[in-house]
Amino acid sequence: MKFHQTKLANGLSVIGELNPAVHSVALGFFVRTGSRDETAAVSGVSHFLEHMVFKGSDKYSADDVNRIFDEVGAKYNAATAEEGTLFYGAILPEYLPQAFELFANILRPALRQEDFDMEKNVILEEIGMYDDQPSFTAYENLMQSHFAGHPLGQSVLGTKESITALTCEQMRGYHRDRYLAGNVTLAVAGNTDWAQILSLAEQHCSSWPTGTCGRVTHEAKPAGGLKVITRPKSQQEHIMQMTPAPSAQNRLRFAAEILTVIVGDHSGSRLFWDLVDPGLAEAADLDFNEYDGSGSYMTYLSSEPEAIADNLARIQAIYAEVNLHGIREEELTLAQNKVASRVVLRSERPTGRLSSLGGNWIYREEYRSVGDDLATLRGITCRDVRELLDIYPLGATTTVAVGPLESL
Amino acid sequence: MPEQIIHTHELPNGLTVVIEPMSDVQSAAFCFLIPGGSAFDPAEHGGTAAALTDWITRGAGDLDSRDLSNALDNLGVQRNESTGLNHLAFTAATLGENVPAALSLYADIIRRPQLSDEEFEGAIAGIEQSLRAIEDEPQRKLMIELRRRCYDAPWGLPTEGSLEELARITAKSVRAHYDRCLRPNGAILGIAGCVDIQEMLALVSEAFGDWGTKPDSSMVTGPRGERIGHIHHDSTQTHIGIAYDAIEYAHPDYYKAWAAVGILSGGMSARLFTEVRERRGLCYSVSASLNSLKHEGRVLCYAGTTVERAQETFDVTLRELQRLGDGIESHELERCKARAKSSLIMQQESTTSRATSIARDWHFLKRVQTLDDIRRDIDELTVSGVLDYVHQHPARDFTVLTIGPNPLKVEEA
Repeated sequence: MKFHQTKLANGLSVIGELNPAVHSVALGFFVRTGSRDETAAVSGVSHFLEHMVFKGSDKYSADDVNRIFDEVGAKYNAATAEEGTLFYGAILPEYLPQAFELFANILRPALRQEDFDMEKNVILEEIGMYDDQPSFTAYENLMQSHFAGHPLGQSVLGTKESITALTCEQMRGYHRDRYLAGNVTLAVAGNTDWAQILSLAEQHCSSWPTGTCGRVTHEAKPAGGLKVITRPKSQQEHIMQMTPAPSAQNRLRFAAEILTVIVGDHSGSRLFWDLVDPGLAEAADLDFNEYDGSGSYMTYLSSEPEAIADNLARIQAIYAEVNLHGIREEELTLAQNKVASRVVLRSERPTGRLSSLGGNWIYREEYRSVGDDLATLRGITCRDVRELLDIYPLGATTTVAVGPLESL
Repeated sequence: MPEQIIHTHELPNGLTVVIEPMSDVQSAAFCFLIPGGSAFDPAEHGGTAAALTDWITRGAGDLDSRDLSNALDNLGVQRNESTGLNHLAFTAATLGENVPAALSLYADIIRRPQLSDEEFEGAIAGIEQSLRAIEDEPQRKLMIELRRRCYDAPWGLPTEGSLEELARITAKSVRAHYDRCLRPNGAILGIAGCVDIQEMLALVSEAFGDWGTKPDSSMVTGPRGERIGHIHHDSTQTHIGIAYDAIEYAHPDYYKAWAAVGILSGGMSARLFTEVRERRGLCYSVSASLNSLKHEGRVLCYAGTTVERAQETFDVTLRELQRLGDGIESHELERCKARAKSSLIMQQESTTSRATSIARDWHFLKRVQTLDDIRRDIDELTVSGVLDYVHQHPARDFTVLTIGPNPLKVEEA
């Protein structure tokens, strides 16, 4: 695999990791804009705009966009989060020029009023769909509570009210301000050549307006708290908790990743053996989420409401033990073996490499090969984890409950 | 496409091994299908096979539950166990060099499980938790209940059983299921990736060659549920499920049926997405897929939408299913072919998807299609051929189930 990088005159970053041994090529436009970059007046606009991009440009109608992607057999989608909007696709190498041209073209969308009005219904339906998924309701409320007063607490989907009130003109303004060349990274992984990428980028992206966007990235200092959302007819109780962890720029993030595997992986972890294996809980996981300037550990517990108090006490006891005594050598080795295999398996598909490639670049302007990731993983020591825990101990600063319980 | 080598070997006891070495990958995966799925659950004991699927990995050979799990993790095995209708399915992926050790652990799991009393309770409690969780997720519940209404028992029954049935399941009854159903005759092991054929064959013979055969298991058959129904749920959306008859994977017209469903729901330019979501903004999620058992198949459709738009969503969806026989444009079929071609090639980048595909092919077809075989079948599809299929198997006699605050009018179904 060979890595290349450049920057177009207008500021667009272009990176590629080329691998002639695979059959396909994946490309992604990583736009550094998400819900944290929105004002309250346009809450949900980043995600709504992601949908509107597929409604086409002056050159392509919505039908054209859907048709052409299918004609070239692209596997494509888009995703919006707190800090980024990603448009990506995997394609056979011979169709790369067509898929590239289409993606690049629709990233300057027409934002037609009639399309906007129609798609607004779809967004409202998407909000309704997530409302029927209790773990999503818990996550949405947790982010708002934990990061209250910090931009990371702003909802990705927005609310029924904010989406209903949003105008097409506001969305045009947001696109004009945020979709600037300097705010976008184009990443390509897989079977293609660098000269072709450069020529496609020059041809289709060099006219994009220059400029970059600022972002306030001070570390969140969550006040914490408890929010209970009672749904009397539900069967299970869903609990989510967050507590501060290293940011995307903090070198301790590697230790945080391995720590969450040891403590809270979906199988073989301390939470698994204590809660899931004996059948006390349906799920008990610990994840690490890294953001620009902030980070969080996130605990998820789902079980019968009657068992919640006992299960939460078990989790607290595990965290207290880890905070006090750290982790054991054999746990670390086991987790390293587990994660190494995941890294290699994921790297065998261009789409698997794309997210790592783009993520490293937009957060740190850094290229990390599979070999780099494996070497870092193998190099983590129990002492690194101890250092992490001294600064970022496990805990439950903020808690959200969704289910039959009226209080915790 | 590089030439595919697929080697098939049947052991004297009836276990079939299908191996596909793949170049340019470091990983390998295997998919083990063992007879004894939920269709063979004893009467009123739905969930027996599911309980076994969980319990069987809780200690095997000399290793207790935790040591076994650690041994697999140390080998970097990414694993999944699931209960199918016909089989218990075990899939595992790791670096090719770790496959021999992983296979030997799976031989213990399958042939020498401890099935200890102290591990039984945890297995059952876990299933109970997941059954309760389904009640809170109307979309998942809908698809489970739709199957119950469009297939006769046992084929439509949920593999997880029900809370009432779970209460009847004992360690003894699950052990009896293991003794009665799990066997090498009819078992399939698909292996794909960075492996050597001869080395794999030798390993499999050594680990499974002396596994004794058992007679076929019996199953309890019964009627399907009501054709039209509604389940009340205080959900935000109304969840709509529609099913109708199609054909099975082994049918000579299978790819025509696949294309017919592809034209309805194969990509974002397909009809359901275009008419229900893009033109009318009725929902976020709408789809149809072809579901195949060994001897029959169905098209299963889903749409989720807010209460006020549910009736229109249902009516528009049904109309799209019904009007497929009125005509198909050649470019619609061409797009299905393009998507298929691309998927076939990309499959070669995933050892797990190849291992699963070759095992599934052997189950359904008693042979393995190469990617070239499939591409030829897809290339040969014509508009008139697909339309003939649609006329022979029209979308009608629908099974309809809704979950949500209010029922819908479903007269035309």
